Amino acid sequence: MVGRAESVNPKPGIGAAVFVVALISACLGSVFWYAKAGSGLSAYDWAAVRFTLLQAVLSAVFSVALAIPVARALARRQFFGRQAIIVVLGAPFILPVIVAVLGLLQVFGRAGWVSVALGWIGLPPFQIYGLHGVVLAHVFFNLPLATRLILQGWQDIPAERFRLAAQLGAGPVAMWRLLEKPMLMRLVPGVLAVVFAICLTSFAVALTLGGGPKATTIELAIYQAFRFDFDLSRAATLSVVQIVLTGTAALIAFNVSHSDGWGGGLDRPVQRWDTQSFGARGLDAAIITAAGLFLLLPMAAIVLSGLPKVFFLPGVVYSSAFTSILVSLGSTCVLLLLAIPIALAAVTRRYSWIEMVGLLGLATSPLVIGTGLFLLINPILDPSLLALPVTALVNAILALPFALRILVPSAREVVVRFGRLGLALNMQGWQFLRRVVLPRMRPQIGFAAGLTAALSMGDLGVIVLFADPERATLPLQIFRLMGSFQMQAAAGAALLLLVLSLAVFWLLDRGWRRYAKD
Amino acid sequence: MLKIENAVIENGDFWLSANLQVETGQKVAVIGPSGAGKSTLIGAISGFFPLKDGQIFWNTSDISQTNPGLRPVAMLFQDSNLFPHLSVAQNVGLGIRPDLKLTPRQSDIVQTALVRVGLEGMADRKPAELSGGQQSRAALARVLVQDRPLLLLDEPFAALGPALRVEMLDLVDDLVRETGATLLMVSHAPEDARRIADQVILVEGGVAHSPQDTKTLLDNPPPALRAYLG
Repeated sequence: MVGRAESVNPKPGIGAAVFVVALISACLGSVFWYAKAGSGLSAYDWAAVRFTLLQAVLSAVFSVALAIPVARALARRQFFGRQAIIVVLGAPFILPVIVAVLGLLQVFGRAGWVSVALGWIGLPPFQIYGLHGVVLAHVFFNLPLATRLILQGWQDIPAERFRLAAQLGAGPVAMWRLLEKPMLMRLVPGVLAVVFAICLTSFAVALTLGGGPKATTIELAIYQAFRFDFDLSRAATLSVVQIVLTGTAALIAFNVSHSDGWGGGLDRPVQRWDTQSFGARGLDAAIITAAGLFLLLPMAAIVLSGLPKVFFLPGVVYSSAFTSILVSLGSTCVLLLLAIPIALAAVTRRYSWIEMVGLLGLATSPLVIGTGLFLLINPILDPSLLALPVTALVNAILALPFALRILVPSAREVVVRFGRLGLALNMQGWQFLRRVVLPRMRPQIGFAAGLTAALSMGDLGVIVLFADPERATLPLQIFRLMGSFQMQAAAGAALLLLVLSLAVFWLLDRGWRRYAKD
Repeated sequence: MLKIENAVIENGDFWLSANLQVETGQKVAVIGPSGAGKSTLIGAISGFFPLKDGQIFWNTSDISQTNPGLRPVAMLFQDSNLFPHLSVAQNVGLGIRPDLKLTPRQSDIVQTALVRVGLEGMADRKPAELSGGQQSRAALARVLVQDRPLLLLDEPFAALGPALRVEMLDLVDDLVRETGATLLMVSHAPEDARRIADQVILVEGGVAHSPQDTKTLLDNPPPALRAYLG
């Protein structure tokens, strides 16, 4: 024995990691190869670059600026339903973008609730298409994330500090300067960078609410180069630009962010002595209510407008729902086959760095991987034949970093706690995996599987590059219904998609957890 | 006979040297200050820490390079000796076949071992449904079915109360008497050593010394041991 004995075999994980790296490298390689033949960027493309950066900056600034008061209110108040609100703040992660967009249209669209209310007082309706709408939708998705991250920062201030400051007679202003401002100065740059990076690669929002020369992102321009011009070298050139931007943003976000927002302990409000004034309480209540309405109204709108239609949709919607379920399950299987071996390899001493492989999925964008795969497949086969397997595969790779975040700590705990006992009892690789590792990791595997299934169910990304009119997932079908202005049917289908996404998440997460033995 | 020949054991930055032998059937306590390397010594014999130098023999065979599960060793750790999601019978059965494909005869052996340690009728329970003492008994039942000539205890009873710990030590004493196994047990408490150990291995200053008669050593401790015992 050269080194210490290992209770898990890192080889399958290394194989899985090599597969992921090879796949992404092949995609990037083919993109760069095709881009060489391209002729640089047109004025339209430069406008797309500027718009991409502008909307990402605005989305990040608004999300974080609004998240700070919400997080502060949640950090210093204890009330009935607080825990529920914090759970709901995690929900946008598994909420399909197209569903949220439809909900936002119901509330903020030209004929939406807000525009109607504005009409009563003689104001023009709210403009949702274009920059406004893209930023609004990004704030809808990222305000909860930013709130969770910043709330974590508040919770990380030790209660003793607040007690000490209160004992010294610090009022709200002094408390802010002593404790809260330094914490925010440290935390906010990272949160801004994370939201900026996310908004840089978001495609479905730009697809549905953007468009035209004034509101086209790079991702959307890639799609247009594919779909409308079938100009592969231009799509490849744009992909190169996108790779540089997302790579840079991911690096910045990785370097300046400290917390990952998955931490526990969010349920514990800090006891405060400086915030019991009537004004402060009223302000916090108003802030929490406003944030809650902003996040819940679009969902309520989808439920209300979808409910009458959901059982009377065109047959093609139901068949696309069936397709989506298959894609989602396929994606989940691929993810588990990749993530579990990689997580196990990551807990061995020699290969702990292997977890970083997952970040590759974050550093590229779905449309770039999609473009690369299309360029690879196109000379050999009709890409639309592979639309569904490719969608499942790409979704699995995009979910990989999140799954590893969930699985690696739990795998490490199992191996640290039971690895030596397994070795002492001569439980070899598969025996240890089947009898110990998988049963012990069941709750985390269920959670990772649920997230992946929901993400994949709601994904509207790479499928739009590959699909032909005969093939569609449910999100793509909803997009097509919107395109032909069948908004009622679209709302019904969106409700169906919402229910399916939440159902697969719940079934995998809860179902698996329920059978977790202990 | 267990023979450790000019061994240097590596545990992270810490090295322990050992050159000693233990006769078959002996009951030996391993004592010494915290961090002196008691667990490192036990870990090297069971195969969890690599040897920088030297060899470990069981009788005539060199086991220095053998995988932990294939050594002639049954071992109990400080904690986590049972898998919480497996039943008591399954936990014990792992000592016979790590894939748990037991023949009816092997299942009988498991039942007999459970009866022997006083866990009759508890085969289907999960470890969480047992008391601390019963959990220790279940782990000892597995040691029994493993039927290995060398039993290593790395303070598995440290979390139990004094009375229960004595009860477990007496059970261990009975079991090794019945099976003729050689026992090495890490201990913090000199009274435990006096209770069941014929000999003591003193570990201090980066060295595991040769076993000495328990009473002689404890009645007249060298300075390092005296400082530890207080």
